[in-house]
Amino acid sequence: MKLYIPLDSAAKALGADDVAAALAAEAETQGLEIDIIRTGSRGMIWLEPLVEIEQDGTRIGFGPATPEDAAAILSGNSDKALGPVEELDWMKRQDRLTFARVGVIDPLDLADYEAHGGLAGLRRALGMTGQEIVDEVKTSGLRGRGGAGFPTGIKWQTVHDADAPQKYIVCNADEGDSGTFADRMIMEGDPFTLIEGMAIAGLAVGATRGYVYLRSEYPDAIAIMTRAVEIARAKGLLGADVMGSGRAFDMEIRKGAGAYVCGEETSLLNSLEGKRGVVRAKPPLPALEGFLGRPTVVNNVISLATVPVIFERGAQHYADFGMGRSRGTVTLQIAGNVERGGLFETAFGISLGEVVNDLGGGTMTGRPVKAAQVGGPLGAYLPASKFDAPLGYEELDAKGGLLGHAGIVIFDDSADMLEMARFAMEFCAVESCGKCTPCRIGAVRGVETIDRIARGDADALPLLTDLCEVMRDGSLCALGGFTPLPVMSAVTHFADDFAHGKEAAE
Amino acid sequence: MTNSPPPAEIADEIAAIIDAHKALEGPLLPILHGLQDAFDHIPQAAGPLICDALNISRAELHGVISFYHDFRDAPAGRHILKICRAEACQAVGGKALAEDTLAKLGLDWHGTTPGGAVTIEPVYCLGLCACAPAAMIDDRVIGRMDSARMQSLLEKVGA
Repeated sequence: MKLYIPLDSAAKALGADDVAAALAAEAETQGLEIDIIRTGSRGMIWLEPLVEIEQDGTRIGFGPATPEDAAAILSGNSDKALGPVEELDWMKRQDRLTFARVGVIDPLDLADYEAHGGLAGLRRALGMTGQEIVDEVKTSGLRGRGGAGFPTGIKWQTVHDADAPQKYIVCNADEGDSGTFADRMIMEGDPFTLIEGMAIAGLAVGATRGYVYLRSEYPDAIAIMTRAVEIARAKGLLGADVMGSGRAFDMEIRKGAGAYVCGEETSLLNSLEGKRGVVRAKPPLPALEGFLGRPTVVNNVISLATVPVIFERGAQHYADFGMGRSRGTVTLQIAGNVERGGLFETAFGISLGEVVNDLGGGTMTGRPVKAAQVGGPLGAYLPASKFDAPLGYEELDAKGGLLGHAGIVIFDDSADMLEMARFAMEFCAVESCGKCTPCRIGAVRGVETIDRIARGDADALPLLTDLCEVMRDGSLCALGGFTPLPVMSAVTHFADDFAHGKEAAE
Repeated sequence: MTNSPPPAEIADEIAAIIDAHKALEGPLLPILHGLQDAFDHIPQAAGPLICDALNISRAELHGVISFYHDFRDAPAGRHILKICRAEACQAVGGKALAEDTLAKLGLDWHGTTPGGAVTIEPVYCLGLCACAPAAMIDDRVIGRMDSARMQSLLEKVGA
C-alpha cells in the first residue's frame, strides 16, 4: 500500500511527522506492508496534514489527520476521508502549471520528476539558440512574480545582449513578505523545477553560474534545495556538460541572514557578495552590472520555476491563460484569518472577492471580513467594497492596490487598522537598510506620528499624509517607497479607526 | 573584552571554517554562518582572521555582522524560540500570543531566560501564513500556536 504524506513546512508545523510515524507504527502492528512517500503540499493547508492512500491508481485523501487517526485511515473507514484528492473542488478549479507536481511527487526523486514532465523543457531549450529561448519567454508573457511584474523576457534580453566574460543567474528566494509562501512550497515540493528553470535561463543569456539566495528562516527549504542541487549535479543535470550538451551550468544555494530588505534585488546582490545588504542606486541595472559587477539575471523563484512548463507546453499555451497584460497563472497565497487558507494557482483575472469569500470561505473566526492586505507588508489594505477587483497587475493597480507576490492576508472586524498602519511603519524602521533618508528617518517619524493620531492629535494626520508622500517619491527602493501604501490605504478606507483617539481627546 | 589570542584549537577551527569557504564568490556570509553554526555566535577571535583572509577592514566586518539579524557576538540560550510578528500571524492573535509569552518569561525581544534555556527572537514571517500564528524552536516549525501549546513547549525546553 502506497501512502503519501507531505514534508512541506506547513504540514510539518501541523504535525505531519507525527502522523507519518503513527501510520508506520500502526502498519507494523497490523502487519501491513506500507510504503510512505513524503511529498510537497497540495496547498490545502486547512486539510494538513493531508494523508493520501493510492487505491487502483487514484489517490484518496484523509485530513486533517492526527496520529490518533492512523488505525482508521489504514482500515479505510476514517471519518477524515475526503475522497479522491484530484476531485476536490479546490483542486479541480485550479490551473496548476507551475505547481503541477507539487504534492504529487517525491521532491528529491529525479526519475519521478521526469516521469511527470520534468526536464522536457530543458531538453527543448538545449536545441535552441539563446535568442530563441529569450523569444519564447517573451511570447509567454511571463512577468516577474516577485512583485514588480517586470517582463522576464525583456530582462533576459538585456543580459543576453551584454558582452562579458562571466554572467550570472541569481534566484531571489528571500521570500520575506508576510502572507507569501509560494516560493517556499515549490522549493520544498518540487526543487528540480527551479533548478531546471535556472539552467534554461543560463542557456538563454550565456550564464554558466547561478545562485539561489534563500532566506535563513526557511531551514527545510534550504535542506531540500541543497540536496536537490547535489542530486542534479551527480546526475549530470548541472555541471560542465548539462545533459550531455557540452554546455555548462552550475549553481549553489546561499543562505540569507535575516534581513528583509535583501529581498530587494540590489541589496540581495550586495549581500551575496558578502557586504551589508544595502540598496544600490539604479542605474546601472543588475542586468548589466549585477553580481560582482557582471551582467546578472535576478528573478524570483516562481518566475524561474515557471520557465520549464513554458518550454514543455509551449509559450502560447502559457500565454493563453490570463487577462490583459497579465498572462499565464498567478499563484495565490490565501492566509491570515481565513477558514480555508493555502495555495491556489489560477489564471489571472479571478476577483479578490471570489478568493476571500468563496475559496477562502471567509474568516476562520466566523466574524465579518474587514480587510484584505494584498501583496505583502508593502501592499494596500483593501476593504470589502473593493473586492470586485480582478487580480491582475494593472487591474489591481487601478484600484489602488498592489498584486505583488500575490499573497492575500485576511483580517476580521476585530483588526485595528491604525495598529496595522503603525506596524507597517515600525517594520520599515526595523528593516530599513539605512541608505536613503526618507525610509530610514521617515519610518521612525511615521511611528511617532501615528502614535500622535492615536492620542487624538488632530494636526498629525495631514503630517502623516505629507510624510507618506515624501517616502513614496523620495525612497530609493520599494521598502520606503511602498510602506506608505498600507499606511495610507488604512487611513483612506478605515478612517473610523483613526478617529477613536480624537473622540477620546475631545 | 580582551583581544588575547584564542586557544590554539579554537583558532585552528576558525581557520578551517574560513579556509573551507574562502574560494567561494562572496565568501563572507558563508564564513559567518559556518562560524555561528560551530560556535553559536561569531567569536571575537575570528575577526582578525577573517579580515586577514578576505583583505577587508575590521570596520567592514563589523558593518556586515551588525547589519544582519542572524549574527550574534555572544552565545544565545540553549534553544532559540522565534515568534512571528508579521501581519498574517497578527490577523489570528499572534501579537497577544507574543506579548503573553514575553510577559510570562519576564523578557523583552532578544532576551534569554535566566537559566540560559531559551532566547526569544522576533521573526518576520516563517512562510506559515495559512496556519498562523507561527513559531520556530531551533529549526522546528510550529503552526496554529496557542498559549497552551506555547506553555508546554517552554516547559519542554526548560524555560
